[in-house]
Amino acid sequence: MERLTNRSKIVVNKQMTLAEKMYLPAIANGMVITLKHLFKKPATISYPEEKRYIAPVYRGQHVLKRDEAGAERCTACGLCAVSCPAEAITMTAAERRKGDEKLYREEKYAAVYEINMLRCIFCGLCEEACPKEAIFLTDRIVDVSGNREDMIYGKDKLTEPMAADKRIDVSVRQTQEVLDFKQNKAFGHNRTHLDLAKYIQQKNHH
Amino acid sequence: MLTQYAFYFLSILAIFSALMVVFSRNPVHSVLYLVVTFFSIAGHYFLMNSQFLAMVHIIVYAGAIMVLFLYVIMMLNLNTDTEPNKSNWVKGAAVVTGGLMMLILVVSTKSADQLPIQKALNPNIGLISNLGKVLYNEYMLPFEVSSILFLVSMVGAVMLGKKETY
Amino acid sequence: MSSELLFYKLGMVLFVFAASMVVALYSTYGERKIAAFLQDRIGPNRAGPFGLLQPLADGIKMFMKEEMLPEASSKWLFVLGPCLAMMVALTTGVVIPWAKPIMLDGQPFHFQVSDINIGILYVFGVVSIGVYGIMIGGWASNNKFALLGALRASSQMISYELAMGLSIVALVMTTGTLSVNEIVAQQDAGICNFVYQPLGFLIFLICAFAETNRAPFDLPECESELVGGYHTEYSSMKLGFYLFAEYINMFISSAIISCLYFGGYNFPFAHEMEGILGENMVRVLGFGFLFAKIFGFIFLFMWVRWTLPRFRYDQLMNLGWKVLLPLSILNIVLTGLFLMRNELLDLIIK
Repeated sequence: MERLTNRSKIVVNKQMTLAEKMYLPAIANGMVITLKHLFKKPATISYPEEKRYIAPVYRGQHVLKRDEAGAERCTACGLCAVSCPAEAITMTAAERRKGDEKLYREEKYAAVYEINMLRCIFCGLCEEACPKEAIFLTDRIVDVSGNREDMIYGKDKLTEPMAADKRIDVSVRQTQEVLDFKQNKAFGHNRTHLDLAKYIQQKNHH
Repeated sequence: MLTQYAFYFLSILAIFSALMVVFSRNPVHSVLYLVVTFFSIAGHYFLMNSQFLAMVHIIVYAGAIMVLFLYVIMMLNLNTDTEPNKSNWVKGAAVVTGGLMMLILVVSTKSADQLPIQKALNPNIGLISNLGKVLYNEYMLPFEVSSILFLVSMVGAVMLGKKETY
Repeated sequence: MSSELLFYKLGMVLFVFAASMVVALYSTYGERKIAAFLQDRIGPNRAGPFGLLQPLADGIKMFMKEEMLPEASSKWLFVLGPCLAMMVALTTGVVIPWAKPIMLDGQPFHFQVSDINIGILYVFGVVSIGVYGIMIGGWASNNKFALLGALRASSQMISYELAMGLSIVALVMTTGTLSVNEIVAQQDAGICNFVYQPLGFLIFLICAFAETNRAPFDLPECESELVGGYHTEYSSMKLGFYLFAEYINMFISSAIISCLYFGGYNFPFAHEMEGILGENMVRVLGFGFLFAKIFGFIFLFMWVRWTLPRFRYDQLMNLGWKVLLPLSILNIVLTGLFLMRNELLDLIIK
C-alpha cells in the first residue's frame, strides 16, 4: 500500500531480543529522559501575577456601553439575542419614563439584560449586530464561580460604570477597518436624526 | 522483675486470645485473634532469649500462614450469617473429641513433672549463630530430611494447582 | 534498667519517630515538587515561601475532612487498619544505626534504638505484619472493591517479600551477620556491599518498590484508573494514615537500602578526615551522609514513579515469581560459589 507520509512506521510483531526483554536499558533510557526534564524551564505561567499575551482582537467579557453623557445606549431591540448562536442573551424591554432621559438614551430601554456566560461562546456576533454600539466584547476574562447562578450576568455586572474615569475602554478591538466600516455605512450605528440629516445632505451634495 | 511482668502479661494475652479464637463467631475475627496469639508466643520466645525463633515465628506464622488463612476466609466470604447450623449429633461429637484432647493434655502435663528437669546446656542456644551451628552440625540429617518434606509438599501443591491437560 | 538508660532510649525512640514523621511529611511536598519539575511545571508554591508550608496545609485539610464510618463495616477493625499500617511503618526504624557512636565524656552514645542481633529479620517480621493493615482495612470496609484491592495488594506484598528475603540471604552470606549495625560497621573499609552484591541490590531495590506500593508497583492503589483500592471507603485522617504510612515506608526502606548496600553512615576518606576534624565531627558528618543517601534513594523512588508506567497484574506476578525469585536463588548460588572459591579451586587441582 502506498504510504501517506514518510513518518509512518511498519509494525512488525517480532520477538524481543534478550537485551530488550530485560527492560533495564529501556528503563534507564526513560529515566534519562525524565531527568533531562528536571532541568528544563517550567512551562507554567503563574496566572494572577503573570499574564500571558492577549491578542488585540481577543473577545472576553461583554460590556454595555454608555454614551458620553452617561446614558445607557441599549434600546432593547433584541438583535443581539437573535444573532446569538448560543442563545445566551435574554432581555426584557421597558418604556423610558419621564425624567429618565439622563439614564437611557433611547425611548425604549432594557429593564433586564442577561448574558449566560456558561452558554456564551464569545463569538462577537452580538457586537456586530448591535445598531446602537451598546454591547462590546472586551479583553477582560470572565471570573469563575462555584455555581451556575453566578454565571448569569445581569445589568449590574455588564453595564459600565457612570464615572468617566471608570469607563471600560473598548477601543482596542476597534481596529481601523472596523471604524472605517462603521463610518461608511449608509445607516450607520449610533446616530441621531440630526446626524442622519447631515449625512443625507452630504450625500446629496456629492 | 520486668521480665516476670512481661511473662504474666504475655501469658494472659496468649490464653485470652486463644480462647477468643474459639469463641468469636466471625471467622475473620478468629484469625486475627490467632495472630495475636502467635505474637504473644513470639514474645515468650524473646523472653527465653531466642530472638531468632521469635522473629521466624512472626515472619512465618503471623506474616505468611495467617495471611493465607485470611485470604481463604475473605475469598469464601464466610460470615456469621453463612455459618451453617450444626446438628446436635455433630455438637456431641465435638464435645467428646474436645474432652478426649483435654484428657490427653491433663495426663501429659501431670506426668511431665515426674520427668527430670533438663537444664539447658547453654542459655544462649536460641541466638542465631548457636542455633545455626547446632542445626548444621548435630541435626544435619533431620534438617535436610525436613527440607525434602517441604519440597515434596511444594511439588504436590504445584501438581494440584496445574491445569489438567489430557 | 537505670533511669538514665531509659531516658536515653526514650530520646532515641523520639528521634526516630520525629525523623520518620518529618521526612515523610516533607516527602509528600518533595514528591509534588519533583513530579512538577519532571513535568516542566512549578508545583505547590502558594503556602509559604516556595510552598514549604504545603504539607501542613495538607495535614490540616485531612483532619478537617468529614470522618466516615461505613454503616455495615466492623468499626473496630475499620479503625485498626490504618493504625496498624502507621504503627508498622514507624516501628521499622528501630534497628537502623543512624551514626557511629559519638563519644561524650568517654562514654559512647549509640545512635540506634536497639542493636538486635537479628536486625534484618526484625525488619522482615515487621514488614510481613504490614500486610495486615491493608487486609484488615480492606475487609472491614465491607465493600467488594476494597476487599479485592486488599487481596491484590497483599498478594503483591507476599510475593515480593520472598524475593526480597532471598536477596538478603545472599547479603547475609557475605557479611556473616544479621545485625544491621555490624553490617554497616563492616563497610567501614570503603567498599560497600553494593560492589559484592549488585544483583542482590537490584532485586532488593525492585522488591522495596513493590513492598512500599510505589509505582510501577502501585496496583494496590491504582489512583488513576481503578475504583481505588483497599482504602476506597476511607476518608479524613484515616485515609491520611494509609497514605502517610506509604511515605514513612519509603523513608525507612531508603534508610535500610543505604545501610545494607551503601555503607550507611560511612563515607569516603572518613579516616583521613578524622585527623583533621576530630572523631566526633566526622561521625556527625557521617550522620549527614546517611541522610544524604536516604534522600538520594527517596528521590530515586519519586523519579521512578514519574517515569515508569504501572505493571499489569499478570506482569507483576510474572516478574515476582518467574524472574526475581529465580534470579535471587541464582544470586545465592553464585555468592556461595564465590565464597567457597578457594575450596573449589583446591578440589579442581586435586
